[in-house]
Amino acid sequence: MVCKNSSLNCDCSCPDFSELAPVLEKYAKVPGSLITVLQKTQDIYGYLSIDAIKYIAQKTGIKPAKIYGVATFYTQFRLAPIGKYLIMLCKGTACHVNGADAIEEAITEELSIGDGETTEDGIFTLNNVACLGCCSLAPVMMVMGDEGEETYGNLTKDTVKKTLREIRKRVQEV
Amino acid sequence: MRIVVGQGSCGIATGAKKTAEEFEKQLKEKNIENISVQKTGCIGSCFLEPIVDIYDDENNLEVRYVKIQPESVAEIVEKHLLGGELVKEYAIPEKDQAFLGKQKKIVLRNCGVINPENIDEYIAIGGYEATKKALTSMTQDEIIEELKSSGLRGRGGAGFPTWFKWNAAKENEADQKYMCCNADEGDPGAFMDRSILEGDPHALIEGMIIGGYAIGASEGVIYVRAEYPLAIARLEKAMEQATEKGFLGKNILGTDYSFHLRIKAGAGAFVCGEETALIASIEGERGMPRLKPPFPAQKGYWQKPTNINNVETFANVPWIIANGGEAFASMGTEKSKGTKVFALAGKVKKGGLVEVPMGLPIKDVIFDIAGGIKDDKAFKAVQMGGPSGGCIPAELADTTVDYESINKTGAIVGSGGMIVMDETTCMVDMARYFLDFTRKESCGKCTYCRIGTKRMLEVLERITNGEGKDGDIELLEELASKVKDGSMCGLGQTAPNPVLTTIRYFRNEYEDHIYNKKCTAKSCKPLLTFTITADACTGCTLCARKCPTNAITGKVKEPHVIDQNLCIKCGKCHEVCRFNAVNIE
Repeated sequence: MVCKNSSLNCDCSCPDFSELAPVLEKYAKVPGSLITVLQKTQDIYGYLSIDAIKYIAQKTGIKPAKIYGVATFYTQFRLAPIGKYLIMLCKGTACHVNGADAIEEAITEELSIGDGETTEDGIFTLNNVACLGCCSLAPVMMVMGDEGEETYGNLTKDTVKKTLREIRKRVQEV
Repeated sequence: MRIVVGQGSCGIATGAKKTAEEFEKQLKEKNIENISVQKTGCIGSCFLEPIVDIYDDENNLEVRYVKIQPESVAEIVEKHLLGGELVKEYAIPEKDQAFLGKQKKIVLRNCGVINPENIDEYIAIGGYEATKKALTSMTQDEIIEELKSSGLRGRGGAGFPTWFKWNAAKENEADQKYMCCNADEGDPGAFMDRSILEGDPHALIEGMIIGGYAIGASEGVIYVRAEYPLAIARLEKAMEQATEKGFLGKNILGTDYSFHLRIKAGAGAFVCGEETALIASIEGERGMPRLKPPFPAQKGYWQKPTNINNVETFANVPWIIANGGEAFASMGTEKSKGTKVFALAGKVKKGGLVEVPMGLPIKDVIFDIAGGIKDDKAFKAVQMGGPSGGCIPAELADTTVDYESINKTGAIVGSGGMIVMDETTCMVDMARYFLDFTRKESCGKCTYCRIGTKRMLEVLERITNGEGKDGDIELLEELASKVKDGSMCGLGQTAPNPVLTTIRYFRNEYEDHIYNKKCTAKSCKPLLTFTITADACTGCTLCARKCPTNAITGKVKEPHVIDQNLCIKCGKCHEVCRFNAVNIE
């Protein structure tokens, strides 16, 4: 069997990085572009796998430990796959004052997941974020899926549950 | 005639996009061809979104319709656009006009007026005239002199004079210099920069070109936080259009000056608001601050002289160049010139974005502009400056908003977040909230910041959990002074501020939590006691069925009782009770 990423020295059970290859071609030799590379990698695969980190290391000459260090420093990067929809629950000051904790409770009640977890059916992942900048609509969440992102404001425990149910229904109907 | 729908992130979140689409659909269905539907950025009055402005053929604002959901569109099309008659019930109420009354718009002059995705609209109202003036008729020193006379100070938090930084970067000779913009608005509770990026991206670009020219930089980088996808998209479009028109790139406007601009998407780290951390992040590293000096003006991005300002600072520059530094300095106080944009949120009636001259009393902002406190509750405090700032209590509401006066209270103007709190907000919990934030965001380089914030958080958690001990307040104060002294960058140096200001102004609340095991704001659940008022309880059994620990007992149609030994204080009974029979003490 021929290795899909011929330059990787492996026993060839390695994943296919053909989508990532052009990104690295463009950025591998541009100094200071590691974060950009990691962002694009996450855009493609949804998260940064250890294999992807090793692949990037090989192409850029940056040590895997250093890449891991950068990946874990920033909140944007994930080292595990996420569900079809990423719920970004705002925990900014205005949202905190207006009851973001109750909204988190409602999400947990509805989906049985906490911060950083994914539902068993793989539809939702919950991430608490620092601030979405829609403070006057607090409490707020942003849901990101294939169709793009949608922001929901002035949430109550009931409306957040209703929104999640609608999304789940939409997915299951397809 | 044209219809303009405000489509900043907030507007879109309330459904503005669907409203705009509905207008387009209706116009098409009814074959109305002489009316166009356009978009604009944040109008600032977030509490009225979605907002629809109707302009007549002479481009005068005919009427502003507010809270327009798609369902209302047909009526407006029918009555106003076809019938020429104002639809009164949707027009902005007179009382809400006051929101704009005391404001003075310099930075937000174009937000909510022009279409941010069309450079021609920006040019039509005098856009890029300042760039022309600066590049063709002013020297580097003249620009810096103009900024000096304007008194403009950094709007990102520290309030450092902008001209001084520019001059330092200019004075350092180098073959390459960089002009950076910090658009990584990391303060939770602040959204001024997002609105400028979304509503008037060219003002920022222009500010950077002029600044770049003044310090002698040929390259610029805008560091935007990745949580602002719309801002990044509009900025990209604006840069593309500016390049096409010859305002960016080689030999701008036929002069010798060239300036290349690019966007770098941040990856989420509050500490990157610190200049040296931001530079490390642009270089693709972990965003950890380093010792200064050397300052970025000496050795910054790739070891070259670099200047960093925030979005609002840059957005002021074109106005200053066009109208002169004196005009800018005529607004504000002796030491704080010009205007400041504030993001008003929390427990106010009318949240949104306001721009006021420096020196306006806080109470004018909260009561005259924002309409006072939601549900007419009592005003307790206002938090300014985010995790680096502090809580200003109601009795200091006469304090004016300018750098010096706010600093005296122990808070800071910061980037401009203003979170208003009422009697139901627990100040100890607020301190805990901010420490939780700074503890997570500490980069870990300095021991005092890394461990000190963690220890402070533990003490605060203990207090809000009802396990506070005698001496905890003093311990917090001691830790606070050590974290301040032992940290290298602004994050650690200011992290204790929310704790210190709440202890300073609300010490009684701390004492209530520790000694009386009471949370007067009724916010810290472990300190509350839930009881059922027998007179109000109808015995519907709903609370008993919802109680996760079966702590509630009682017969059908008879008053229920909560067993305090079993109660875990989750509040579920209070939430589900339809007769207001669950009492919280």
